[in-house]
Amino acid sequence: MSFMNGGGNPQLNRHGELNHLLTIEGLPREVLERILDTAAPFTEVAEREVKKVPLLRGKSVFNLFFENSTRTRTTFEIAAKRLSADVINLNINTSSASKGETLLDTADNLAAMQADMFVVRHASSGAPYLIAQHLRATGRDHIHVVNAGDGRHAHPTQGLLDMYTVRHYKKDFTQLTVAIVGDVLHSRVARSQIHALTTLGVPEVRVIGPKTLLPTGVERLGVRVFNDMREGLRGVDVVMMLRLQNERMQGALLPSTQEYFKSYGLTPEKLALAKPDAIVMHPGPMNRGVEIDSAVADGGQAVILPQVTFGIAVRMAVMAMLAGN
Amino acid sequence: MKIHIKNGRLIDPASKTDKALDLFVGAGRIVGVGNPPPGWGVDGANSVLDATGCIVCPGLVDLAARLREPGFEYRATLESEMAAAAAGGVTRLACPPDTDPVLDEPGLVEMLTHRARLPDFAHVHPVGALTTQLEGKALTEMAELSEAGCVAFGQANRAIVDTQVLLRAMMYAATFDFPVWLQAQDPFLARKGVAHDGEVAARLGLAGIPVAAETIALATILHLARETGARVHVTRISSAAGVDMIVAARAAGIAVTCDVGVHHLHLCEMDVGFFNAHARLDPPLRSQRDRDALRAGLASGAINALCSDHTPVDDDGKQMPFEEAEIGATGLELLLPLTLKWAREIKLPLVTALARVTSDPARILGVKAGSLGLGSAADICVFDPLAEFRVTRENLRSQGKNTPFLGVEFPGRVRYTLIDGHLAFDGTLG
Repeated sequence: MSFMNGGGNPQLNRHGELNHLLTIEGLPREVLERILDTAAPFTEVAEREVKKVPLLRGKSVFNLFFENSTRTRTTFEIAAKRLSADVINLNINTSSASKGETLLDTADNLAAMQADMFVVRHASSGAPYLIAQHLRATGRDHIHVVNAGDGRHAHPTQGLLDMYTVRHYKKDFTQLTVAIVGDVLHSRVARSQIHALTTLGVPEVRVIGPKTLLPTGVERLGVRVFNDMREGLRGVDVVMMLRLQNERMQGALLPSTQEYFKSYGLTPEKLALAKPDAIVMHPGPMNRGVEIDSAVADGGQAVILPQVTFGIAVRMAVMAMLAGN
Repeated sequence: MKIHIKNGRLIDPASKTDKALDLFVGAGRIVGVGNPPPGWGVDGANSVLDATGCIVCPGLVDLAARLREPGFEYRATLESEMAAAAAGGVTRLACPPDTDPVLDEPGLVEMLTHRARLPDFAHVHPVGALTTQLEGKALTEMAELSEAGCVAFGQANRAIVDTQVLLRAMMYAATFDFPVWLQAQDPFLARKGVAHDGEVAARLGLAGIPVAAETIALATILHLARETGARVHVTRISSAAGVDMIVAARAAGIAVTCDVGVHHLHLCEMDVGFFNAHARLDPPLRSQRDRDALRAGLASGAINALCSDHTPVDDDGKQMPFEEAEIGATGLELLLPLTLKWAREIKLPLVTALARVTSDPARILGVKAGSLGLGSAADICVFDPLAEFRVTRENLRSQGKNTPFLGVEFPGRVRYTLIDGHLAFDGTLG
């Protein structure tokens, strides 16, 4: 059945090139690899005396954050500035939305200010799609939309920077076993990681968590489900921890952070079940003593800070590619 | 006014007729089937309607159409939605009580039925609120509301959380033998949910509503129906498990009827696609397996009636992220084409398929309608089963342009709609 907004992958243009980055799902492997390849030289920009390249000179990047996030917004801001773009930050939950302006009105107004790119963070799944579809329907497809996290749905640049990190340390995706641990149900990061890992050819992706924090039918995304963390970590090459939001203690999803840590917190003892050279990742910000033990977070296997550094290069690569298409 | 509908194929599900027969209408009633009544010949008909190539059937009876009055006139008005009904061949409809104010006072019901009493307008049967403000706390004055014109009592899609109130509401309704129409959705399991709790919701990161939300509420309703003897009609069933429970309940002697919304016959969770807000419905579109069970259940009669669940929503209400978008789809003008599509796809005889939108829902309403028998009110739909109807914003007369079928073409186009023998819609006028 066809319907109004449904047909085709809305993030690709007529030539099959990336016009928006809304989700990793459905993107061909070559596109993902090209983003990772493009990111590599950008890691060096940060080490230069003048940390800038002129690829986005004269372009305006609007950071539309309908949901607070200092960290993600900052990394996008740094990435855009290192590409020489003009960056405008809007924290909209404190301005227009509270005055009743709709999402699309806000987008229209900013488009009228000659924006070239929207970086969108929103609490509702699919909000960046709505903006991208609206731009297409109104003939303004030249404005690119980057999803910086929408509801529980996707956080594609986080997924990509995680892939960059995995490739940096492990080289070949096709030989790996990767475990994603924690609150998959509410995690846009986990969904993007799963799609990226399966697309890049990782033969075994595991998700580990209590039944209350795993989505119904998650195995249909191509993952193996483990409720026992020890079992799930056995022999893995990469451990991707997820942040546990404090509000999950309400609504009868979990009894307490203490009990969660006991069952699903990553301790040195549990990590010892993974391969000896396994790496530990976390999208930040971490809850020490809830999902991860400080001994692991600060230990030799953690690559959490390199993730942040790579994140800027990957976001530079995404913005540069979109602007070039 | 005497009208002769000639050269049509007459399908009257009530009498299981499917035959080339002319129809003769006089003084708002059917006065001749096949042959004119005695004395017709002297000056003949005032008007002859050519039904060549068309099917002549009873006007459609829709068990759920929101007219948005009173209170939501910015979304639709009685005028716009009645034009949509006539254009869709719908001559009789029940409207849920979730207006603003809700239909919980006799005065409101009288005003609505009074406003709706125009020759071009379909017959309107309000469903009264079962509890005041639909809050699920206090009973409405059902006897008075019944006198004002309510045919049944329900909660639209707002659940009664307190089962003691539900029990008493059903007992009280049973006292007067008033039908109780209830949607089966547990409010706790459905809390914050916006889509079927399955693969698509998992993929898109949407909060899910599990099938158990329907089956648990249905179990409660069926148990209380047995306890109270209330005449229960379950609205908008959505799952295979739900259909099985209805069948089992009937086998156990509970007199329960149910309906399904027309979108749930054709769409499933996959049709949410990339967050298509037009597929945001209540109950949610479920799995393909559920949809197939609904299609089969409606064909076998396990599900008694098919309704449009017409819910006009303005563009602003739909141009939102999926989970924030308003619920519902416009449906009055799609009921007939989607009934025909379903019948064609499962190879069901038209006489059976049309029963689900004419005589069967009329029986649930408890009104004498949905038949073309001699002496019946002349509520008639004449449609060309092969002519295409393209769903566009311009072609839809409803003020609600919110449908997942925009841009799609369906065979089945209404040529004439008669209400009480009055020509309410003439599709030949372009």
